[in-house]
Amino acid sequence: MPEQQTTVEVPSNPWGIPARLQLLNEEAQLQHDDKFSPYVEDIDRETLQQVYRTMMLTRRFDDEATALQRQGQLALWAPCKGQEAAQVGSAFATRPEDFIFPSYREHGVAISRGIDPGELLALFRGVNTCGWKPQDHNFQAYTLVLAAQVPHATGYAMGLNFDADFGNERDPNSDEKPAVLAYFGDGSSTEGEVHESMVFAASYNAPVLFFVQNNQWAISVPFSTQSRVPIATRAAGYGFEGLRVDGNDILAVVAATRYALEKIRAGEGPVLIEAETYRLGAHTTADDPTKYRTNEELESRTLHEPIGRLEKYLRAQGTPDSFFEELMAEVKEYGASVRNSALNLQNPRFEDFFERVYASAHPLVQEEAQWFQEYQEGFEEQN
Amino acid sequence: MSQIFELPDVGEGLTEADILSWKVAEGDSVEVNDVIVEIETAKSVVELPSPYSGTVESLLVAEGETVETGTPIIAISGGDESGDDHKQRTRVPSEAAEDEAEPDDEPAPQALVGSGPKADSVKRRARKRPAPAPRPAPQEPERAPQPAQPGEKKGLLKGSLPNWQELQGRATKLVEEGREAIRRMPANGRNEVAGEPTGSIPHRPTLAKPPVRKAAQDLGVDLADVKPTGDNGQVTKQDLMNYVAHIAETTAHSEDGDFWNAESIGDDRIERIKVKGVRKATARAMSQSAFTAPHVSIFVDVDATRTMEFVKRLKKSPKYEGVKVTPLLILAKAVIYAAARNPQVNATWTDSEILIKHYMNLGIAAATPRGLLVPNIKNAQDLTLRELAVALNDLTATAREGKTQPSDMSGGTFTITNIGVLGIDTGTPILNPGEVGILAFGTIKQKPWVVDGEVIPRWVTTLGGSFDHRAVDGDLSARFMADVAAILEEPALLLDM
Repeated sequence: MPEQQTTVEVPSNPWGIPARLQLLNEEAQLQHDDKFSPYVEDIDRETLQQVYRTMMLTRRFDDEATALQRQGQLALWAPCKGQEAAQVGSAFATRPEDFIFPSYREHGVAISRGIDPGELLALFRGVNTCGWKPQDHNFQAYTLVLAAQVPHATGYAMGLNFDADFGNERDPNSDEKPAVLAYFGDGSSTEGEVHESMVFAASYNAPVLFFVQNNQWAISVPFSTQSRVPIATRAAGYGFEGLRVDGNDILAVVAATRYALEKIRAGEGPVLIEAETYRLGAHTTADDPTKYRTNEELESRTLHEPIGRLEKYLRAQGTPDSFFEELMAEVKEYGASVRNSALNLQNPRFEDFFERVYASAHPLVQEEAQWFQEYQEGFEEQN
Repeated sequence: MSQIFELPDVGEGLTEADILSWKVAEGDSVEVNDVIVEIETAKSVVELPSPYSGTVESLLVAEGETVETGTPIIAISGGDESGDDHKQRTRVPSEAAEDEAEPDDEPAPQALVGSGPKADSVKRRARKRPAPAPRPAPQEPERAPQPAQPGEKKGLLKGSLPNWQELQGRATKLVEEGREAIRRMPANGRNEVAGEPTGSIPHRPTLAKPPVRKAAQDLGVDLADVKPTGDNGQVTKQDLMNYVAHIAETTAHSEDGDFWNAESIGDDRIERIKVKGVRKATARAMSQSAFTAPHVSIFVDVDATRTMEFVKRLKKSPKYEGVKVTPLLILAKAVIYAAARNPQVNATWTDSEILIKHYMNLGIAAATPRGLLVPNIKNAQDLTLRELAVALNDLTATAREGKTQPSDMSGGTFTITNIGVLGIDTGTPILNPGEVGILAFGTIKQKPWVVDGEVIPRWVTTLGGSFDHRAVDGDLSARFMADVAAILEEPALLLDM
């Protein structure tokens, strides 16, 4: 219970809690920041409209998937509602050659990376363990074991230090290294793997961005119980920079991520970004949030959700009504297409599994594949 | 063509749910994703969106019923001809027929994702059992004479899917015939063979899962009498219930309105009420509390005459107009007062620490339509007497309407149970888990009381307190009870607060 919490008096910020970056405040007014505002100067209204569109598609996708689960068409769903700015904004700041390690809630990042709805839902429908080929999108398979993707990302980033040209094949004009992004949540941040990853990333100067979406709830444990200070504060203890941003402010997220990736590409090692956001939905569809949080809290948080804020800003910047109307129609159609692609998912061919065991051909696997083929042909004669 | 929506597993591995309320009626038109029904599972209350658009043809399950996942709950007619699910349903079987490598893809229109692990495991087992059957396929008469077709390749297994299904059918039939044969055996058909000693013949018991077996035993039903409908010929829970209902019907007696059942009705004289929901939660919490916290209970008789007078005066006071004032209000205030003087009764015991709460979330046990609930008044220590009266009223009203939220019930620090309203003098209450003190407030009635050597009628009540002896010793609980009693005897002491 929150009442039992010991409150820590921090009068003069002895823990070095980073200031919270905000470029677009709750009232959708621009805020200036000497260091970070230049990172979003190039973003014009048309670009922001595209970002807004991706956020809207993410929201619709998420709602449709939640409904599909309630209709028995998905085994489980982890909604990302409310976290669209943190996800779409950070993904927007990446380059195609950057490699992303998601948890299981990064739907906005996945959509930004061009993964289509059916591919995303295959796992949740129990059709496949991963619906896409990670190398095609530089987007790793969803990780259901909390925090397990963070050491993976760190190890991958450490590898990039040895294999410097790896990512440059995609972008021959760049002399910079690609970066690695590890997405996780406030709940995962309390797990040992995250600590170990940060130690290793610092020790080996790994080009990795730890991107924490602090959605305030680790299933039913509130953030106030999980940590006495914002997660970004911890970076100082590992010896790298920690940024704290309003995760529902698209511009702050983009600016902070661009800044961090720039540092990482320049070889300065890891950075931690804590995007303070809020999970408007359930932890997963198997959970009932009314058991641990009040309606009042949800209502007050809903007022600050990211899509409404960006819409307000765009309208103030002169985006015409027609844009929003057309987008609404597109979004509706998109919802139907999400449903369609989920319901029409095909089971993978068993043969495909042999191809995934090793990167290159392996004699033992080939032998087993051969046996399987013969076994299968034993049935065909009767058709 | 009507489209049937089957109850999905909305959690992870939930096997059943209660239908709470329908949001649509027959004849209503619905769109995809319109909310149609609210259900309650073991985990949560969930609204289900419609997977179809069209007109509601019929609601297949009544409100209040508990149904297993996979049960058809609503039929929706017409609507979108190109409905996605139609495609889905026709696709699955054809795919299965083509793709013999995956017997897992058996045509099973109901087997949508997430229809619960129960349905899942039954299906898998059913397939695996006859799987080895294709091996002796040459023995099968229909297949043997068939000449090999040109270009035919002999594989490792000579079976095929159609054949495999055929075999499966035969196997099932054999099992059924076998079961029939077993049933006809003298051991089961007692009347068939006269004079045979029945005990010596091997007796194969009817198949049923242990809970069903136990239930049958409790009900005094011989499972051999029940018609089995389970996948493997086992008697299911439903079979047993149907049988019992049938017996009850056929032996129905004339005094329908009578509570008592005559012995002649047989063993069906026990009414079974399923333990679920609040009853289940109460049972769990109470046995946990009773068996983990060593309870010590103490009692004190109190002359509450002044409390009654005080309540009367408050009722008349213009400040309290429209506010319900009861002796419970004074008791609540007394508990807050006494807890401040004896803080250890307002605490939580953990094996390593006693957490003393410097706030009072005062729980009031309330009998509600859903069962016993203990909502609490948060930070009751900050409330004035009038605010406390209002909070008490709100709390009981909300509880009676069945609208108490889970958050209203969490975080309690001390509980009062007002058994007096039922005319009971006192009792030994069981602690609300997580708390170390609870107070039972008995009825207040006029009793002979000795004042200055004279017996006079006074308004008397009994307070019964239970405490967790791990955290609260006898002297402390006694002091606490004495402090509460002192307030009831002289509410004016509250002015001291």
